[in-house]
Amino acid sequence: MSIGATPDHLTGHITTRIGHRKENLLAGERDDWEIIVGLEVHAQVSSKSKLFSGSSTEFGAEPNSQVSLVDAAMPGMLPVINMECVRKAVLTGLGLGAKINLHSIFDRKNYFYPDLPQGYQISQFSYPIVGEGKINVDLLNGNSFVIGIERLHLEQDAGKSIHDQHPKKSYIDLNRSGVALMEIVSKPDLRSGEEAAAYLAKLRSILRYLGTCDGEMSKGSMRADVNVSVRHPGDSLGTRCEIKNVNSLKFIRQAIDFEARRQIEIIEDGGVVDQETRLFDSSRGETRSMRSKEEAHDYRYFPDPDLLPLVLEQHFVDTLKSSLPELPDAKKLRFIDFYGLSSSNADVLVSEKEVADFYECLVKAVIEMDIETEKEVIAIDAANLVVNELFGLINASDIEITDSPISSLQIAEFLKLRYDGVISGRIGKELFVDMFHSGKDAAVIVEEKGMKQITDTDEIESIIDKLILDHPDQANQYRQGNTKVSGWFTGQAMKATKGQANPQLVNDVLKEKLEN
Amino acid sequence: MMTSGIDLKYLTISQANQALNAGDYTSHDLTQIHLDAMAAERNLNSFITETPHRALAMAEASDKRRSKGESIGPLDGIPLAIKDLFCTEEILSTAASRALDGFIPSYESTVTNNLWNAGAVLLGKTNMDEFAMGSANVTSYYGNCINPWKASSGNLVGRDLVPGGSSGGSAAAVAARLALGATGTDTGGSIRQPSSFCGVVGLKPTYGRCSRWGIIAFASSLDQAGPITRSVRDAALMLAEMAGFDSKDSTSANLPVPNYVESLDGNIKGLRIGIPSEYKLGSMPDEIEDIWEQGRNWLLDAGAEVVDISLPHTKYALPSYYIIAPAEASSNLARYDGIRYGLRVEGEDLIDTYEKTRAAGFGDEVKRRIMIGTYVLSAGYYDAYYLQAQKVRTQITNDFNSVWKQCDAILTPTTPSAAFAIGDKMEDPIAMYLNDIFTVPASMAGLPAISIPAALNKEGLPLGLHVIGPAFTEQMVLRIAEVIEAAAEFTASPNINNIAAG
Repeated sequence: MSIGATPDHLTGHITTRIGHRKENLLAGERDDWEIIVGLEVHAQVSSKSKLFSGSSTEFGAEPNSQVSLVDAAMPGMLPVINMECVRKAVLTGLGLGAKINLHSIFDRKNYFYPDLPQGYQISQFSYPIVGEGKINVDLLNGNSFVIGIERLHLEQDAGKSIHDQHPKKSYIDLNRSGVALMEIVSKPDLRSGEEAAAYLAKLRSILRYLGTCDGEMSKGSMRADVNVSVRHPGDSLGTRCEIKNVNSLKFIRQAIDFEARRQIEIIEDGGVVDQETRLFDSSRGETRSMRSKEEAHDYRYFPDPDLLPLVLEQHFVDTLKSSLPELPDAKKLRFIDFYGLSSSNADVLVSEKEVADFYECLVKAVIEMDIETEKEVIAIDAANLVVNELFGLINASDIEITDSPISSLQIAEFLKLRYDGVISGRIGKELFVDMFHSGKDAAVIVEEKGMKQITDTDEIESIIDKLILDHPDQANQYRQGNTKVSGWFTGQAMKATKGQANPQLVNDVLKEKLEN
Repeated sequence: MMTSGIDLKYLTISQANQALNAGDYTSHDLTQIHLDAMAAERNLNSFITETPHRALAMAEASDKRRSKGESIGPLDGIPLAIKDLFCTEEILSTAASRALDGFIPSYESTVTNNLWNAGAVLLGKTNMDEFAMGSANVTSYYGNCINPWKASSGNLVGRDLVPGGSSGGSAAAVAARLALGATGTDTGGSIRQPSSFCGVVGLKPTYGRCSRWGIIAFASSLDQAGPITRSVRDAALMLAEMAGFDSKDSTSANLPVPNYVESLDGNIKGLRIGIPSEYKLGSMPDEIEDIWEQGRNWLLDAGAEVVDISLPHTKYALPSYYIIAPAEASSNLARYDGIRYGLRVEGEDLIDTYEKTRAAGFGDEVKRRIMIGTYVLSAGYYDAYYLQAQKVRTQITNDFNSVWKQCDAILTPTTPSAAFAIGDKMEDPIAMYLNDIFTVPASMAGLPAISIPAALNKEGLPLGLHVIGPAFTEQMVLRIAEVIEAAAEFTASPNINNIAAG
């Protein structure tokens, strides 16, 4: 069983998005259809202990080893709010530009299931801690759009039922029971699986910037209930189905695409979509009915009498607001304005705070080392280096940037060697790979392998003199007007110096020698 | 019964404390005589669990402290009974329900822990209505508790009477001299009504004064622990140790605990006592009217002023209480599902196990309240019942808040009748619920209120008077109660073996 379904009247189904894009329409047998998607994202609050008990929230511990008397709902046990979770929920609300409600209430959502020891989940129903906000989402194709946030509320997670360990019995692990979740409900503003995935990726990025959720979807730290309906463009909203607990960006795209096509097929065949809760089967890429509206629970929400209303001081909110870090949107703008980066490079660099920090650290270090080269040149070179070279190596090694074997300072020194002409661009590529695999400083490898660029004019002159002497035919061709042959000479010169000659210098010398 | 010079009939906690300090007898002696009395009066069924070994060990530890001059206060070495709604570490804790069959907590409730830290001795766990739901102690899985009082005339002669409820076992044990004091819990009158029926003092403190942590929940917004004793002074002594802020209970009041005993100076001159007209029921027996009038006169004689007041929403208190309390209970009792502790009756599948477990685990009254509570919280009924009842609750609180401008405290009868016979009112839940008509409004408003034995009726059964004060005025409430106690000179005791022999 999963928890956290938001009741109909709260999701509102009032989209803030007007009009539609042609490319978002899905063609059925007869008509074009618009897909309407709203997401209820459950994000686990990054906190050492649970929402209402002191138990640890660490992932992967032995089953039932992180269960307090409160989590197991022993008789007479009472919940006490963990203010760290409140702080993080407010911080998240501020990061989403949302209204912070100074007065909110915890309610009990009542239903029976073995992984829900209390027989109710403590959640927030009518008075959530955070109200309306919005998220700006950029697509890869350059389109961007704004998605409305309906609300954010705090609630307890349930435990885990394990059905595959015994032929007849089910086991219960209560380690997750009582862990704090933020349920972040979007308005039904999303129009495709791609948009939904992009929205979730952006939300994840913001939460990770804020440090309020680690966003680890594979560990269940972030998962989404996806509401999907279809309509003819301009019509009122259709009947929606809710797909529970989808836990990857890929699955969200797949689930929405499948579900939209399923609904379109039903309607075009003259049928009616039933409002129901569905499961996404990732192995088959399809959604399956879980329970119909008739089977829906009456959760009998009422204010939890064990908890007082949560009252926050404006000062508390203001203090948090002033502590907000720079978020991806602002950082992206700054990277474009201040460093002159392209929008696509800026997008990649700001998607993860760690990447952005790594990049900025690198740029600042180079600027400090090299007062000759222009800031924008450094910034763009560094961006290309990180986005193209470093990410290629990191992805191939399946590690995170925080585990990069070379530091931003080492990369800065590498760039400085390039700007100083110590190494050539060609050597640079090889050197960078060497650095990544050995973790050694660029200067050390250059020394060890004798990769230093030859900038000594005398040395290059003598090499070129010898080349011209050995290849009089080619020299004559040049002199007779076939200047393309200088490329052949350059190649030979680079070969003779194992690529260490400064190519510009080689060209200059060649030109001088061949023309005179 | 006289042993080691101890006369249980007239003994109070404060007297026992003096005697222990004077070395007249030891806590071991005092505890043993209570254990003997408990054994002799098992027919009352006032205890679910007796803990003689624990009791004597605690008594010996107390004696050791005292002999070294390290006594830790007025409750050190005092044997007490604990309502079986309090979780006690390593001791069966049942809420008088089969649902908690064999449940032995690994933890100690804050209130009982406070008492043990004050040196008190645990005699055992007392009988009660199942999950504190009842006014006659007839819904216990462990059987009725019997009121030690017997009618001396009239049609109740020869019949066993109810001790009231839900803290019936605690009130009966204190009345029968099986314990010097006991803890109770009060949700709508569960301390005060049985105290009235058993001729003892019962105090429900302000909501939030005592921690609810470790007390098996009935209705969380109403439940409050308090003492049941044989004197007002003893109630003050016990409350002082039971009360206090507890960070484990979010509804616990973060206020210092005053010295309740010190405030018992007998001076109520100039205090204005309100007499609410709405509590004058047409159907009220004369004896209740008379004792109320008597109480009024005692307070006048002591120098208080008496003013007529109105609490206009009183008549809605009971119906809204019977929406709010069951609503909370229906949710609080969801955890008794047979999965983790207590009774489990295996079924064909999960749902069947739930149904069989809960069908067998809960008695009729608990089932009735779970059904009422589930109903009033259901979609489509919530607004009409639960929400409406919450509004009434606010109105009741407002009634009290505005009346405190006219008076300092309120005097009413505790109950609309004296104790009735076991088996009576069983077919009519409403008649049973009416027992709490005078006690429920203070519960709904979270106010401190006390029942003091005032007189015997013509059938020889105790009647109680009820003093209600504003929030956190336990000191004043106790002071007024002690003035009534002094004026009433209530020295009668039930005619049972361990007292009669003395």
